[in-house]
Amino acid sequence: MLKTINCKINGRDMELQVDIRESLLDMLRDRLHLTGTKQGCGVGECGACAVLIDGQTLDSCIYMAVWADGKEIVTIEGITNDDGSLSDIQHNFVDKGAIQCGFCTPGFVVSATALLEEKPNPTKAEIRRGLSGNLCRCTGYTKILDAVESTAEQRGNKK
Amino acid sequence: MEHKVIGKSVERWDAIAKVTGRANYTGDIPQKELLYGKICRAKIAHGKVKSMDISEALKVPGVVKILTPDDVPEISFPTAGHPYSLDSRYVDVADRRILTRNVRLYGDEIAAVIADSELAAEIAVSKIKVEYEEYEFYLSTEEALKEGAVEIHEGSKNIIADTINGTGDLEAGFKDADFIVEDVCATPIVQHCQMENQIAYAYKDVDNRWVCVSSTQIPHICRRILGQAFGMPWGKFRVIKPFIGGGFGNKQDITIEPLAVAMSMAVGGKAVMLDLHREEVFAWTRVRHAISYKIKMGFTKDGLITAADIDAISNNGAYASHGHSVVAKGGGITTALYKIPNFRYRSRTVYTNTAAAGAMRGYGTPQIIYALETFMNKVSMQTGIDQFELREKNFTKVNDENPLLHMTQHSMSLRECFEKGKEVFKWDEKRKFIDENKGGDYVKGLGIAAFAYTSGAYPKTMEIGGCRLILNQDGSIKMMVGATEIGQGSDAVFSQMVADTVGVPYEWIIADAVTDTDIAPFDTGAYASRQTFVSGMAVKKAALELKGKILEASYHFSKRTNKVTVDDMDIVDGNIIQKHDGQIIEGLGDLALNTYYNMHEGHCLTADVSNRCTKNAYPYGITMAEVEVDKKTGKVEVLSILNVHDSGRIINPILAEGQVEGGMAQGLGYGLAEELKYDAKTGKPLNNNLLDYKMPTSMDVPDLSVAFVEIDDPVGPYGNKSLGEPPLCSPAPALRNAIIDALGIYVKDIPVTPQKIIEALSENREV
Repeated sequence: MLKTINCKINGRDMELQVDIRESLLDMLRDRLHLTGTKQGCGVGECGACAVLIDGQTLDSCIYMAVWADGKEIVTIEGITNDDGSLSDIQHNFVDKGAIQCGFCTPGFVVSATALLEEKPNPTKAEIRRGLSGNLCRCTGYTKILDAVESTAEQRGNKK
Repeated sequence: MEHKVIGKSVERWDAIAKVTGRANYTGDIPQKELLYGKICRAKIAHGKVKSMDISEALKVPGVVKILTPDDVPEISFPTAGHPYSLDSRYVDVADRRILTRNVRLYGDEIAAVIADSELAAEIAVSKIKVEYEEYEFYLSTEEALKEGAVEIHEGSKNIIADTINGTGDLEAGFKDADFIVEDVCATPIVQHCQMENQIAYAYKDVDNRWVCVSSTQIPHICRRILGQAFGMPWGKFRVIKPFIGGGFGNKQDITIEPLAVAMSMAVGGKAVMLDLHREEVFAWTRVRHAISYKIKMGFTKDGLITAADIDAISNNGAYASHGHSVVAKGGGITTALYKIPNFRYRSRTVYTNTAAAGAMRGYGTPQIIYALETFMNKVSMQTGIDQFELREKNFTKVNDENPLLHMTQHSMSLRECFEKGKEVFKWDEKRKFIDENKGGDYVKGLGIAAFAYTSGAYPKTMEIGGCRLILNQDGSIKMMVGATEIGQGSDAVFSQMVADTVGVPYEWIIADAVTDTDIAPFDTGAYASRQTFVSGMAVKKAALELKGKILEASYHFSKRTNKVTVDDMDIVDGNIIQKHDGQIIEGLGDLALNTYYNMHEGHCLTADVSNRCTKNAYPYGITMAEVEVDKKTGKVEVLSILNVHDSGRIINPILAEGQVEGGMAQGLGYGLAEELKYDAKTGKPLNNNLLDYKMPTSMDVPDLSVAFVEIDDPVGPYGNKSLGEPPLCSPAPALRNAIIDALGIYVKDIPVTPQKIIEALSENREV
């Protein structure tokens, strides 16, 4: 069964016909070709599909597309600036060497974006907890944590 | 030689694409008319399919076709990502069919559905009715080897191989010993957990050949195995690897590619996608071999090893995959680490009804190092010989020939690694503090472990690397390699090698976003930590060749106006210069224009190298770990952990640190938490998901410390030795040794879980 939903995705208002059984992840990837959001497990364990829904980090693989009706969604494509330049978090992921295979990276960037909105000056322990819903097998997390910590510091220095 | 690009933490070329989500992985590439495949898996652990009824499944709307073993070639093929062997002794065991009637593990692949949606395919799979003839199944090697056990593969007696390697006179060695120590230990089945699941799609291309786009570490080997699986000329297949979301050895094996191609063949060459679920990847791709060891060693009273007898039994699961080579590798690793005059290494590889074990980061080395380094800990505790001294006394030395591998090691810096480790880790301070603050429910302990590894697979298999370089019209350089970028950063490292050797800025090197067997030079791929070493040799050779051609051409074009000879010319920062005064003759871009467009003498400058490597270099390293154990709950907290690596010269420090940190986290999971478990009643995997299988999260991994002892290896193309797999080899034994140090009780097997600690404490097991 199809249902029509209205939502805002990466700043654009959209009207979409979705299958009521469809996940938000499938909607983003298959209908909108926003393939930056990845599927690592399909059951909300790994965070590779994390997106922002009304500013909150959620795993899009276990969020039904129909629930997105009336919501504002931001994916990795929406975190990148319109001119293609990187957000400060993205920049630090590159700069600190936090990227290896890159499959978990979009999810981490999304989670880190929400984390620093909520907690502009997190402790290392708070960063660890804030990112614990995202799994990475390449990096041992060290350089990812560095990237997020550096971003918070840089933002603090600017104020 | 002074390096301008090598040794610098340059940015990997794919970083921005990955951080913005623009990097295309296999599942991100749009296809016209894509169909979806799903595998029907057996619901018993061992037996035969007696009958299969697909009539209801065929009625599911959207189903296009259902494949059974009758619809695929009756050809058995090997799956290991090894080079093809012309020597019959080293040919991989061909025990796999695309679909099987013989069920060898719970979830074995007995049929496949092709449908116009994944959902339709899943529904159809659930409607396939199967009747089985059931046999007894075996989850352990002991059960599979017992008298009268049913053969999992006919004629195998459930043994893939049983070999003995060694050197010297074992009996005499034990006679010379002042004391003898014995121990046993076991390691678990663990899984790679690369973040991208196995995914591949196949279609018939415009030239009527079969294309398989796959997340594989071994494109050229994949192509060959497709040829073998279908009994067709290998050139009829083309394999393309886009960006790949990690592999760690799991994708150094052929798992889904032949079925993806078979499905496309069944629907007239339309594209069919096979995208495994995480649960399938865990249970039915590949895992690490669980190996159990019995070790006996003789020592002089000063702690010198006189003899060692190691008996290793490896659980290979239901299919041979990489088979015996994984456990067999442990013998040569032992003698790369320790000087053992009299040595016997018996290894057996056994079929069971668990997941097929294949290559996983370290290739048997984390297992043998766990066994050896917990053993050395025991020797130290029993004899009172200092654990550093005991190891250092027995370490091999530079120019020692490995009696099992018959290769000489040219650099060896384990003593320096310990020295540096003690300083960085503040070992003495920590030791003193712990010794002065004993007692209570929270106890701290320290542990160490050392390892040896290899760079590439020579002399066990042939080693060829390929590199093609093209001087572009603007002086930039197109680099094509068959070596596979799987996230480790090999493309960045090769680009650094080319830039450094030719004499141009790093940014001038253009890598490939895909590895395509129709285009990329032959190279066997990403495994054995071989690429910077083996493929690096080809890259260096090609870069030197191109540089020579550039200088020749520049001399040729400018000799009327310039008096310098080629010997007095060099390339620095993209300019061709006179060596004696550094004066610029011309920019590389100007020369390139001349080579392309000179009406009479123009010719495009290229270098195309295929290089055979007949060398190996042993990398070494250590782990130091500090833990705190809660005696009431058995919970272990890792307070600090350090890896020090001797991998020769480090080409890119930030990428190298990343490799080490990732490997350490995997080693931490290996030592403390990870284990794939099976239900003893059904043989069904119990925790094949990322919730119940305890892969470390950001909460579990402490701050990781990394240090390098950088001494150029004389064999490595740039003084470098391997680094990819080594970091995972020593954390588990170091952590286990630290736990023993904290508790003063004996826990022998990994993962050292809270349950095992509480059991050992309640039994007050002595070391």
